[in-house]
Amino acid sequence: MSTLAAHAPGAAGSGLADVAASEASLRRFLHGLPGVDQVGLEARAATLGTRSIKTTAKAYAIDLAISMIDLTTLEGADTVGKVRSLCIKGRNPDPSDPTTPRVAAICVYPDMVATAKEALRGTDIQVASVATAFPAGRAALPVKLADTADAVAAGADEIDMVIDRGAFLSGRYLDVFNEITAVKEACRRPDGTSAHLKVIFETGELQTYDNVRRASWLAMLAGADFIKTSTGKVAVNATPPVTLLMLEAVRDFRAATGVQVGVKPAGGIKTTKDAMKYLVMVNETLGDDWLSPHWFRFGASSLLNDLLMQRQKLTTGRYSGPDYVTVD
Amino acid sequence: MAKNTKKTDAPVAQAPRGGLFTYAPAPESPAAAGDIATSYGHFIGGEFVDSSGSEALKTVNPATEQVLAEFAQGTGEDVDRAVAAARRAFADWSALPGSERAKYLFRIARIVQERSRELAVLESIDNGKPIRETRDFDVPMVAAWFFYYAGWADKLDYAGYGPNPKPVGVAAQVIPWNFPLMMLAWKIAPALATGNTVVLKPAETTPLTALRFAEICRQAGLPKGVVNIVTGDGRTGAALTAHPDVDKVAFTGSTPVGRSIARQLAGTRTKLSLELGGKAANIVFDDAPIDQAVEGIVNGIFFNQGHVCCAGSRLLVQESVQDEFLEALKRRMSTLRVGDPLDKNTDIGAINSSAQLSRITELTDAGEAEGAERWSPSCDLPGTGYWFRPTLFTGVSQAHRIAREEIFGPVLSVLTFRTPAEAVEKANNTPYGLSAGIWTEKGSRILWTASRLKAGVVWANTFNKFDPASPFGGYKESGYGREGGRHGLEPYLNVEARDV
Repeated sequence: MSTLAAHAPGAAGSGLADVAASEASLRRFLHGLPGVDQVGLEARAATLGTRSIKTTAKAYAIDLAISMIDLTTLEGADTVGKVRSLCIKGRNPDPSDPTTPRVAAICVYPDMVATAKEALRGTDIQVASVATAFPAGRAALPVKLADTADAVAAGADEIDMVIDRGAFLSGRYLDVFNEITAVKEACRRPDGTSAHLKVIFETGELQTYDNVRRASWLAMLAGADFIKTSTGKVAVNATPPVTLLMLEAVRDFRAATGVQVGVKPAGGIKTTKDAMKYLVMVNETLGDDWLSPHWFRFGASSLLNDLLMQRQKLTTGRYSGPDYVTVD
Repeated sequence: MAKNTKKTDAPVAQAPRGGLFTYAPAPESPAAAGDIATSYGHFIGGEFVDSSGSEALKTVNPATEQVLAEFAQGTGEDVDRAVAAARRAFADWSALPGSERAKYLFRIARIVQERSRELAVLESIDNGKPIRETRDFDVPMVAAWFFYYAGWADKLDYAGYGPNPKPVGVAAQVIPWNFPLMMLAWKIAPALATGNTVVLKPAETTPLTALRFAEICRQAGLPKGVVNIVTGDGRTGAALTAHPDVDKVAFTGSTPVGRSIARQLAGTRTKLSLELGGKAANIVFDDAPIDQAVEGIVNGIFFNQGHVCCAGSRLLVQESVQDEFLEALKRRMSTLRVGDPLDKNTDIGAINSSAQLSRITELTDAGEAEGAERWSPSCDLPGTGYWFRPTLFTGVSQAHRIAREEIFGPVLSVLTFRTPAEAVEKANNTPYGLSAGIWTEKGSRILWTASRLKAGVVWANTFNKFDPASPFGGYKESGYGREGGRHGLEPYLNVEARDV
């Protein structure tokens, strides 16, 4: 399949449409992107991490963060009951305060999509399903496509696919590109609409920031609706510098093509303080255009309860504690 | 070189300064600065003493224009007393084993850390710089400097100046207002580690942290007279640097004053080190890591309101990337937060004094009059206090005043170049030579360029990075002598006279 010529659906009409015409042109393009200086990138992320978010700004950010959560359960031990109770929590995160916003999506394995869809009926909470042999991505393409189509057929609104890191790291960029476009195709529903496609890089396995920038552009050129850091299943998941770099990539991609792409850091974001740092990065790198669940998500599970406790503290003036939020 | 670039006025990708997520005020409490007296005398011989004269100066908070305190205008007699106290203390202090002197320096470093919040807030109030910088840069650097030179105090035999190198004697130290406490640390730490005693004069717009440091010396139990602090303006400084019983003068400040001190001391036995002005070039090659280079340029010129002698005040950008780079730079500048220095989210605080504000205004007006194109992001400035918008000049030529004179404010002059040789030629075409920056992903180009730049410090893919172990100082009219590192010991050692 690496010999197939491909067009870049993510960049139609921008002058970048032909960069995926061959392995060589794609490689030339990705390696022509400006380099990333590790020290400088990490320093910038650390500086943004010192912003002090207080009072009204904190209240805004907490509610925004809750509304951006892809509330996730991706365990072998998941049960129908667990997924249902997670959906109930997503609809009404804090039973003691109905003004609490709902989450953006519930993220599950494909076999739980129907259960989640049913439990979320009547809400606009999305059902996101991981697919393509998540988390390792080690399966043949037809298996990955079937996995995707299955989740879409079960009602998934969003598909979180993983890239083939082995292909990426060995420089077979066009294989990765073609796989993304094929999965994108598999996201199509019979009525012509499509499930939103999030492309997971597993940045902890890509090793260098240069690779993260290349993977970002590669996925966006191939038509990703969202780019996502991690599966949450490896040692290193979302970090502020990696996310900052991806925010810069979507900013530059929109400037080049006019196409806006979302960003989803996932894994390891556990506290309100962490979430604030990510929102500050979005705010100061991209601004208002990305400050909504349409364009920025947190892939998280334990984060929600910490946000709820901080929210209760802001509204009541008292710290509550883990017994005052639900365990789901 | 873009000559009289046409005003295209292409809309700059504007500010991610949206309305959705606005940061609520997050002010540090001014009360954390501790008690500020209504008036201060000098610190001489371990005591706070009144001046022999009656003249008092005022130090104001540049963000509010409110008077913070009065302090003494040091007289010649005050300077005499301070130098005499330092001379008296010298015999015992220099006779202490290095390991004993080190204990005092370690103690000072720890007290600085313990009192870091107080010092950060006080510095921010007196100087106008943002609390984020005093908290995360100035004060940690002060502690680091004392820790570092404490480590040298008992290892001077191994500094490369032969066995048992001797101190110089009494050091007169005159420091500027841009990093008041940090400059104090740069001066006092190596002097004390090597066994000298000092008389230090802080700048007349920022005396408060030096006076607070005097309290720390007492708290640390430092022997009386080892550190003396005399306040006042340039007259006091001139009396101090010209004092006949001073063995060593260390000055950081403007080139004209440095030149007059050098003239004063010519032919005397007094040792002199000078750290003066700069007009550093930050060179961005077309293969630079663009986002980090933009950060580095911003940090290079807008850090500390541009009140930095080694500020990257000239941007030399390769023609092939200038449009892309300038757009990114403007976009980034639009997110700079100018305002209350005590707000933890402020990036750019107040200009230190009305005199400095006038100087910046005069030079930027000259830049416009000479035909350079001026740009600033739109941002609200507070009604009172001394403020200046972060400013960018494009279409600047080597002949413009804004490309030659040190502005010492948040003003960046942009020039372009085609070839690496042209970049080096333009970078070196200045009477100064303090620092420079190189931005490229190519290692060999970094080395090629750095070896040709006439600057005391050359940063590669970073800027304004400091470390106590790294020597700092200038070429040409940026001064002589080095501060920091092993090299920073030499100005305080009598390297000619050795024990045999």
